[in-house]
Amino acid sequence: MKKNNEIDAIVGEYQYGFKTDVKNVVDTGKGLNEDVVRAISKYKNEPEWMLDFRIKAFNKFISMPLPSFGPDLSFLNFDDYTYYIKSTKGVEKDWNDVPGAIKDTFDKLGIPEAEKKFLAGVSTQFESEVVYHNTIKELEELGVIFCDTDTALKNYPDLVKQYFGKVVPYTDNKFAALNSCVWSGGSFIYVPKGVKVEKPLQSYFRINSKQMGQFERTLIIVDEGASVHYVEGCTAPIYSEDSLHAAIVEIYVKEGGYCRYSTVQNWSNNIVNLVTKRAYCEKNATMEWIDGNVGSMVNMKYPACILAGEGAKGTTISIAFASKGQYQDTGAKMIHLAPNTSSTIISKSICRGGGKVNYRGTVKHGKEAYNARSHVECDTIILDDISSSDTIPFNFVQNQKARIEHEATVSKVSEEQLFYLMSRGIKANDALQMIVMGFIEPFARELPMEYAVELNQLIKLEMTGAIG
Amino acid sequence: MELVIKNLHAKIDNKEILKGVDLTIHTGEMHAIMGPNGTGKSTLSAVIMGNPKYIVTEGSITLDGEDLLSMSVDERSRKGIFLAMQYPNEITGITNSDFIKAAMQARLGENEHVSLFKFIKEMDKAVKDLKMNPDLPHRYINEGFSGGEKKRNEILQMKMLKPHFAILDEIDSGLDVDALKIVGENINGMQSDNFASLIITHYQRLLDYIDVSNVHIMVNGKIVKSGGKELITKVDNEGYDWIKVELGIVDESTNKKEAIILGSCAVNKGAK
Repeated sequence: MKKNNEIDAIVGEYQYGFKTDVKNVVDTGKGLNEDVVRAISKYKNEPEWMLDFRIKAFNKFISMPLPSFGPDLSFLNFDDYTYYIKSTKGVEKDWNDVPGAIKDTFDKLGIPEAEKKFLAGVSTQFESEVVYHNTIKELEELGVIFCDTDTALKNYPDLVKQYFGKVVPYTDNKFAALNSCVWSGGSFIYVPKGVKVEKPLQSYFRINSKQMGQFERTLIIVDEGASVHYVEGCTAPIYSEDSLHAAIVEIYVKEGGYCRYSTVQNWSNNIVNLVTKRAYCEKNATMEWIDGNVGSMVNMKYPACILAGEGAKGTTISIAFASKGQYQDTGAKMIHLAPNTSSTIISKSICRGGGKVNYRGTVKHGKEAYNARSHVECDTIILDDISSSDTIPFNFVQNQKARIEHEATVSKVSEEQLFYLMSRGIKANDALQMIVMGFIEPFARELPMEYAVELNQLIKLEMTGAIG
Repeated sequence: MELVIKNLHAKIDNKEILKGVDLTIHTGEMHAIMGPNGTGKSTLSAVIMGNPKYIVTEGSITLDGEDLLSMSVDERSRKGIFLAMQYPNEITGITNSDFIKAAMQARLGENEHVSLFKFIKEMDKAVKDLKMNPDLPHRYINEGFSGGEKKRNEILQMKMLKPHFAILDEIDSGLDVDALKIVGENINGMQSDNFASLIITHYQRLLDYIDVSNVHIMVNGKIVKSGGKELITKVDNEGYDWIKVELGIVDESTNKKEAIILGSCAVNKGAK
């Protein structure tokens, strides 16, 4: 338990010691109204159609109710958040002033030097905009566009207009509407016909300002026969006032295209994370969501594939880990609208320390989806007596020639397995970690190596003090 | 080194299984325990390792004078106790090689590390010695293994971890004749001044390959007779009835047939 306390202590300290003192040039202040929405659009110098879109979305946001399922969100006070901040220069801290305990935590997480400084508030690159782009020159030569969505709107207005808000309309849900009216940042990717991007593209988003809402908007277009792997990393920042994160990810995979979207999300344990992720797949297109949810206080996320073209394929492999004070309500959606479409959902859930983790999934085979096939596997392990989990699958079949397989298991960590590992000299807590790592291995093996290593470290931290 | 068991009593679910076991093993010795089904042989091995399902109610186990019973399971292992299990667990997602490496690492100090090169070499050799499939290190722990493969994997772990006291709980069950020979020879090959084994078996077959120094016969939760190799032949030829007769033991399992009373199934206690 000692280490847990240490970590708690670190979390507590952030509030006082590691908040960078920021001077903002644009700050819409707390609360949301039409003026705020107009101010954001004006500051960004957006085209008229985007302002219209934001205003419509704002009106929809006001009129829509909170989701009727999952965690209770009635505690959210939308007037408590700042919806747009543009910062210039923070007062930089000296890395030498950062206490050893914090540095240790970063080391344990395996965060690179530059990232550590940023996280500790030493370096001041800022939120609301993508801070970390690994753009490669070769990409430009291939005609691939990879930039933040604001830049895309400036430089490629027609392309953005054609796809923006089409896969996830602002009317979709209250938080999609919220994102649509105040969105800022996020990634934009366009991969031209037949271009296969070999290296994963990645970006990091960090929440680093007190009560800063994050409303990034990601739009990925994979043209015919093209392929891309995008990695979204949200790994470490620990912060201690309520913070709201409502993102939208829209992906359009054209005929024969391939897209994989990998996330390891570790928002600090006070963040409310409400994300709408959806991909539209044309004929023979493939979409894969690799979705890891470790952090946040409340997390609602159900990556979806709309399999609209014949032979389209959707996969979601996800894990959710809920510790003390956390509520993970995650899952996947597969909407089959065409013949011979197929989908796979593999979901692994873990809870401990009083955490709650739900799998909530929808598989729908529409009237036209002849010979559609779906395979759903959701497994849960509960590590103690105070944590809980529910599996809530919805399966709809509207034609006679579709097949859905559903397997679900819920178990406790087996005493026998623990005994077996310990009988070889492995300490109880390490043995438990090994079992949990083994349990999520089908997910971890899908991640790029450095993310798998980082996930490993994260899980170890989450598991500290799980026994005794 | 010396493992001393004195007057050991243990129970599971309030049923007493071990009823005063006395046994002393020194490194350099190869012990075998034989006995009919359900007499507590497996319980004895589980209790030495520290399986939490069993509760020790009386007696002691010491390792070179140190109280083994107060040690956690992993501590016992690091002190040199090893249990080859009768039904080894399957654990998904962890490869055999990661598992064994972690177990070896657990024996080292914080700043020491298992040499990867040495590890791979040793592992390869052990896999070959046991005539196992070369992909074994990369497969998940016992997952999808046949009964015989699981048993061989236990012996592989023993070879890698080099314990001082190896308890082999019916390692011969589920092995075909060829595998039995391989396993037997590998156990025999462990013999040294730093190694002792306690082999639990029903049959003589495995012991054909192992140079056993001490043989014990266990009946009704106690070791009732100890001797040398000659006991193996006697059991193999005559079974266990002669011991029961010789020592005047009444087999409990045949003596305790209780009738099932209808009332024990559905009594409405609340109505009274």
